[in-house]
Order: sequence, then structure tokens, then C-alpha cells
Amino acid sequence: MTDAVENQEKQEKRVSKKHLPRTPMREQEAMERVQNYEEVPFGYSEAEAIAEAERCIICKNPKCVTACPVNIDIPSFIREVRDGNFEAAARILKDTNSLPAVCGRVCPQEDQCEKVCIEGIKHDPVAVGNLERFVADWEREHDKISIPEIPPPTGYKIAIVGSGPAGLTVAGDMAKQGHDVTVFEALHRPAGVLIYGIPEFRLPKLIVNAEVDYIRKLGAKFVMNTVVGVSITLDELFAEGYHAVFIGTGAGLPKFMNIPGENLVGVYSANEYLTRANLMGAMRFPEYDTPMRPSQHTVVVGGGNTAMDSARTALRLQKCRVSLVYRRSLQELPARVEEVHHAEAEGIEMHLLNNPVAILGNEQQEVTGIRCLRMELGEPDASGRRRPVEIKGSEFELECDTVIMAIGNDPNPVFTRATPGLKVSKWGTIIADEETGATSRPGVYAGGDIVSGAATVINAMGAGRKAANAMDTYVRSLAI
Amino acid sequence: MPQHVIHSRRILAEKVHEFWVEAPLIARKRKAGQFVIVRMNDRGERIPLTIASGDAERGLIRLIVQEAGKSTIEMGRLQVGDFFLDIAGPLGRPTHIETWGNLIAVAGGVGAAPLLPIVEAARAAGNRVHAIIGARSENLMILAEEYARHCHEVRLCSDDGSVGIKGLVTDCLRQWVSEGVQFNQSLIIGPVIMMRETAKVAKELGIPGQVSLNPIMIDGTGMCGACRVSVNGKTKFACVDGPEFDAWGVNFDELILRNRAYLRQEKIALDTMMDHECKIGLATGVAQ
Ligand SMILES: Cc1cc2nc3c(=O)[nH]c(=O)nc-3n(C[C@H](O)[C@H](O)[C@H](O)COP(=O)(O)OP(=O)(O)OC[C@H]3O[C@@H](n4cnc5c(N)ncnc54)[C@H](O)[C@@H]3O)c2cc1C
Ligand SMILES: Cc1cc2nc3c(=O)[nH]c(=O)nc-3n(C[C@H](O)[C@H](O)[C@H](O)COP(=O)(O)OP(=O)(O)OC[C@H]3O[C@@H](n4cnc5c(N)ncnc54)[C@H](O)[C@@H]3O)c2cc1C
Ligand code: SF4
Ligand code: FES
Repeated sequence: MTDAVENQEKQEKRVSKKHLPRTPMREQEAMERVQNYEEVPFGYSEAEAIAEAERCIICKNPKCVTACPVNIDIPSFIREVRDGNFEAAARILKDTNSLPAVCGRVCPQEDQCEKVCIEGIKHDPVAVGNLERFVADWEREHDKISIPEIPPPTGYKIAIVGSGPAGLTVAGDMAKQGHDVTVFEALHRPAGVLIYGIPEFRLPKLIVNAEVDYIRKLGAKFVMNTVVGVSITLDELFAEGYHAVFIGTGAGLPKFMNIPGENLVGVYSANEYLTRANLMGAMRFPEYDTPMRPSQHTVVVGGGNTAMDSARTALRLQKCRVSLVYRRSLQELPARVEEVHHAEAEGIEMHLLNNPVAILGNEQQEVTGIRCLRMELGEPDASGRRRPVEIKGSEFELECDTVIMAIGNDPNPVFTRATPGLKVSKWGTIIADEETGATSRPGVYAGGDIVSGAATVINAMGAGRKAANAMDTYVRSLAI
Repeated sequence: MPQHVIHSRRILAEKVHEFWVEAPLIARKRKAGQFVIVRMNDRGERIPLTIASGDAERGLIRLIVQEAGKSTIEMGRLQVGDFFLDIAGPLGRPTHIETWGNLIAVAGGVGAAPLLPIVEAARAAGNRVHAIIGARSENLMILAEEYARHCHEVRLCSDDGSVGIKGLVTDCLRQWVSEGVQFNQSLIIGPVIMMRETAKVAKELGIPGQVSLNPIMIDGTGMCGACRVSVNGKTKFACVDGPEFDAWGVNFDELILRNRAYLRQEKIALDTMMDHECKIGLATGVAQ
């Protein structure tokens, strides 16, 4: 055993005995941050990052790696952070995760790596997400983002439909192989939910744009304003000489509850609300052209990340009272814990165990309120969560002028509807092989929310990575 | 980045502008009844406009725009050589065209623009096409000669009698039917109130048909639901399920009120622009 290795092992043993509490991340004060759109947590300083990295016991059989949907080599990157080698840490992250600055901010680490962290069994889990974010930010801020050497062009043409995290991952991976990559996106800006959905105060657009730029620098081309299936069909892509196509069209179809009053003026889907605010710049109206109706009291229906994002955006945009109506209890809120805490601290009123039954309006068809029923928790349902049941005669009305429906999104049907011969499930998701993303049509791969139904950024990335591997093998088997 | 340069422009009527814009892919793919979403600049709205016609060979599409508020007034000032930042499309379902036989196309105001390609396609499918074009007065009437070229018969009407019959398109329709002509199908496009009234009369006269709806849209790709309309009691997303729907089944009153949702903000946007221009000494109003 060399001295160096011996030293390292010693140090790791020493560190493991410390069991210090988790290094908190500094953030903007609640009352201050609702006055602006800036990011809430500030990120670690170098010293804080090293202190947090020292808490990791660099396990031999780390649980965190298997719990990570893209199997980031977590102990190795944390070891580099601990030793102050931030650039090396960034390389390790980028080996498996093409969007670490995004994932460090929006991944539900508490359900993944941090949930199973060995240090976390008896003490606080290591703040893997915070460290990931630190490393990615450090790399960008220090201009250390390096473009790997790209092999000579292979001559294979790859089309990618949709520029969300799934499509971006495939684009990056394929471009790195020397393939000729073109991404087609329906909207005028790339990155899917990362750009139109998740708000600035949680995921600054500067970061998203930097990630897209990186993929551009790898050689991928982006064609915006193109709805594949309508502007150009799958068959036409093949006819234009593309050898393989990846479908990452996401889950962008907003659900409504089908209760009376949902088409009143002042009822938005979360997608519309967030798109107006983020993509279209309604928070800077009239400097930007797209408006939002002013509000005194906005009610958000739902309990996921989308609901929290809508509520917190409303608070900043409208500077008004904001309430959240959700039919289950606090424990069952599907949003990330961190986001629920942020929302509560900012003053969002939580009306839990309430189910909307109608939206009320005046003769101008403008929203004047929402009628809800109180619920109580009954027997657990299929998902293991206790099922909410209505309390008879408990109806009440909440006065409001805006209602945001944030009850989830279904798979985007535009592409699948226009593409015969592609197998689709009864839920509208594309049927694809879990390991390869291969669909029922040769040369066509799919991944992300369009296959899994609405899930997570890291899931979409993981699916993109697997599909990219399979597509690489597939195209190389073709003769050009 | 494709550049959508304006190749030619013309004023068709008061506050109505015609543009031929570079968009080769769309020019090749577009079908009757489809629309595009344009953005003029980086702060701009996404504005839906019907593709009035296209020239696949030259890679151009024709847009006809009526000044309705800030964005369309700004658009009216664009000159040859200027460009649109983004044009997405073709969007929406193409018009469902059959060989119906005797067809009546009813246009109100600038609705004559989106109706024209549908009339052309219906004619090509072997229909006998009749058209009624209504406008408030002669200086607002557009495309009458083009209709004359594509239709078996065209009747014009205006509120003030300055062109064609004095009266509304609905009067004109009743008159035509009373002369013994039987229409098997109608296509109605214009302001929502005009479509509501015409659909009502068409129903009375037993003529089924389609209307093309113009709700407020954001993405135009089915992602936001801003464009929800009620048709036969069901909610539809006009951008992907339409924009054309069963004339007898549309809840027009709901659409009218939904389209008024941003009146106050639209006025602020317009006033801010005018104010700003006064300050910097630009001429306000319509381009020459
Ligand atoms: C408000 C909100 C907050 C969220 N917060 C979190 C979070 O904190 N953490 C987390 O992990 N996940 C979160 N999610 C979920 C996460 O964003 C998604 O799971 C992820 O973005 C899915 O990636 P994707 O690439 O499959 O699709 P998307 O990101 O949906 O991208 C699909 C892209 O395809 C485009 N497209 C669709 N159809 C076509 C077509 N026919 N032609 C061309 N382009 C097309 C769309 O315009 C879009 O840009 C959130 C989702 C929302 C809506
Ligand atoms: C499918 C479709 C096809 C259309 N085709 C044409 C066309 O060929 N020629 C034409 O002149 N107009 C067309 N329109 C209407 C045109 O989009 C609106 O007049 C324009 O967006 C108004 O913007 P503004 O800023 O100038 O006016 P604003 O002051 O913003 O609004 C004036 C009125 O226009 C309507 N409107 C506002 N924003 C939108 C929006 N984003 N989408 C739709 N309507 C809106 C509202 O009813 C509003 O009260 C079409 C609309 C749709 C939905
Ligand atoms: S499980 Fe926890 S302590 Fe072990 S390597 Fe992973 S992050 Fe470090
Ligand atoms: S405009 Fe957004 S869904 Fe139709």
C-alpha cells in the first residue's frame, strides 16, 4: 500500500467520526425574496462546500450511487470537493450528468441519493444536491467549462424532437460521438419545462441558457418554432436523411378537473400561468407585451412542484394573498419538502384536506370564488396514501379572483396523434423499451415524460442517456 | 436561424395590412385553415395569424393583419426588408374539406383573409362555392376581386350601403336562400359576434357548417389551455383541436367574454407605447 493511499484511508476514518450537522445553505429572507424574482438559496462558499464534503464517509459500497437515477459517482466527486479539486469534481459529475447545475437545484435528492445516504442513517445525510450545485456553479463561474474533443464526423444524422432535459441529454451525448445532431423544438426557446415552467427564483435562466450553450458548442444544432408531426412529420425526417430520431416531447398537456366554472375568465392552467410569467415575461409587463390579470387573492389547486411554483410566482407577480387548496394532508403533498417550506415561509396559506367542487363567477364570467368540500383521511389507496373522503355538508366558499389549476399534466398528444404506427399506451405515453428507449418503429427512440408520464428532470436525463447509447449502436450498424 | 424577411407589403383597407413573408418550410406544408404564431421581437407576444395563402416556389407566406391593439399596430409599421423574429407553424388542423355540393362562404371584415384559402380548397374539391363578404363600409372591404375569381358567385354587403347590398351578412344569407338556392354547407369566418349571428341564421335555415375561432392563445401547441372554447358542451383547445369547429355547437358568448379578459392590460400596453413615442418624438398612428 502506498503512503498516499494509506494517508487517505486514515483521513477518511478520521473524518467519518466527526458527525457534524449538515452545512446549511444561506438563502434570501422570506419577506425580502417575495419582492424579487431572484434565486432563493445563495449556494455554498468554497469553505462551506469543503466542510460539507468532509462529512461524507466515502463509503466503499455507497448507497447513494445506486439511488441516483444516473448513478453519479457521488463519493468520488465529493472526495475531490473535500480536497479542493473543484475542477476535477466537475469532470466526474459531467461524466454521468450533463446538466449538474440544473439537477443540483431541482432534483428531489431527499427521495434519491440523500434518502439512502449511510451517514444519514444515524445523522444528517450528506447534502449531495448542494454540493452538486456548488461544483457546477464553480465550474461555470470560473470559466472552466471545457469542450471535450469531438471525434471526426461520423456522417450519421440524428433528429431530436423536443428540447427538454431528455432531448438535451441525447443531443449532448450524440454530439460528443461526432454525430450530426439537430434538435427540433416547438417553442421559440429551448429547454422545455426548464425554461417555460420552473421559475427564475428556483432555477435561474442564466444557468439553463449556459447548459444549452454548452450543448450547442458540442456541435448540436437547434431548430426552434417547429412542431414535429405538424410542421414536419416523422416520415419526412427520415426522408431528409436522418438515421435515427429521439422523441422527448414531454408531458405538456394540462389537466383540468372538469368542474363547473373552469372556463371562467381568471382560471389558468399552471402551464399557462407559468408560461406567461417565465417564457413570455409577464412579470415585466408592459415592458414585455404579454400581460397577466391583476389579482387580490389567487387560489392554486394542487400540491405538487407545479402548484408550489405557481403559488410562489403569483406572490411575486401579483403581490397579493395566495392560497393553496389541496385535497390531501401535509404529509401527502407531493412537492419537494424544501419547496413546501419555502412556500409556507413566504406566507402562502395552506388549505389542506379541501377539494374544489365548483368555480364561481359573476355575470361578466369573471372568477369570484371557489367552492370546496372538506375532506378527511380514510383507508390507504393503491399508492399507499390514505384516501381523502368528503365530509358531507361541509361545503364552503373561498372568495378569490384567480384560480390556477395545478393538478398535473398528461403526455403531449400533438406528436403521437400525428404519427401513425408508433405504439402508444392508453394513457397516451409512447411505449418504449426501458433499457434502450426503442419504440415500435425501427430507428425511433423515446424517453422522458412522454414515456414515463410526468416525472422528474433526472429521470428524463437518465432515459435520454440510455437512449443515446442505444441510438449510437443502432446508427453505427447502418451502412451509409 | 431562419430569417423571416418581409418581401412585400401593401395596405388592403383602413388598418388592414398584407405581408408576404419568407417562411419556406411553412409555405410548402401549409394547408387551408392553418395558422402561424409570430413574434416580432424578443419582448413580443406570440401572435396567432391565419396563413392567407402561400407560394411554395418562392418560399413565401401571405399574412393579412388588422390593427387591433399594440402588437398589431406595431406590425402594421413593418416595412419591406424588416423581419419577424419567430414564425411557428403551420399550426392547427387543416380545414376538413368534402365535396358537399353547394357551399356558402360568409366572411365578416378581415375574416375574408382566413376564409380565402378554404374557399380555394373547397373549390378545388369540386364544390360550387358562393360567397358573401360583409364589411362596415367600402373602405374596409378586402379581397373582393380574389373571391370573384374563385367563386361561382359573390355578393357584397356593407352596413352603410357604400358597397353591395346595404345590410348585414345574415340579411344577405336569408335573401339568397329565399331566392330558392339550397346550400349544403357553410363556412363562416369573421368577428365573433358576426359568427354567432350567422351560425344562428344558418342553423335556422338548416345549413350545417364550420366557424374558425380566434381565442387568446399563448403557445399554440396545446400546452397551456389559454385557448379553451366550449363546443357542444365539451372543452376544446382551439389551437390543436381547431381552430375550426361545428358552427352550431360553439358557445360564442363564452368566447366573447374570454377574449375580453385582458382589455385593461391591452390598453395599458397601447398607451405605454404611444406615450413613449410622443416623448421621443416619433409619429404615432399607422404606417403610411
Ligand atoms: C412547474 C414544474 C415544476 C417542476 N419542478 C420539478 C423539480 O423541482 N424537480 C424535478 O425533478 N422535476 C420537476 N418538474 C418535472 C420536470 O420538469 C419534467 O419531468 C421534465 O422537464 C421532463 O423532461 P422532458 O425532456 O421529458 O420534457 P419537457 O421538459 O416537457 O420538454 C419537452 C419539450 O418538447 C417540446 N415539444 C413537445 N411536442 C413537440 C413537438 N411535436 N415538436 C417539437 N417539440 C415538441 C416542448 O415544447 C418542450 O420544450 C417540474 C415540472 C413542472 C411543470
Ligand atoms: C387562430 C387565429 C387566427 C387569427 N388570424 C388572424 C389574421 O389572419 N389576421 C388578424 O388580423 N388577426 C388574426 N387573429 C387575431 C389576432 O391574433 C389578434 O388580433 C392579435 O393577437 C391582437 O394583438 P394586439 O396586441 O394587436 O391587440 P391586443 O390589444 O392585445 O388585443 C386586442 C384583442 O385581440 C384579441 N387578442 C389579444 N391577444 C391575443 C392573442 N394572443 N391571441 C389571439 N387573440 C388575441 C383579444 O380579443 C383582444 O381583446 C387570429 C387569432 C387566432 C386565434
Ligand atoms: S452514502 Fe452518503 S456518506 Fe456514503 S458516499 Fe454516499 S453521500 Fe457519502
Ligand atoms: S394556445 Fe396554449 S393550448 Fe392552445
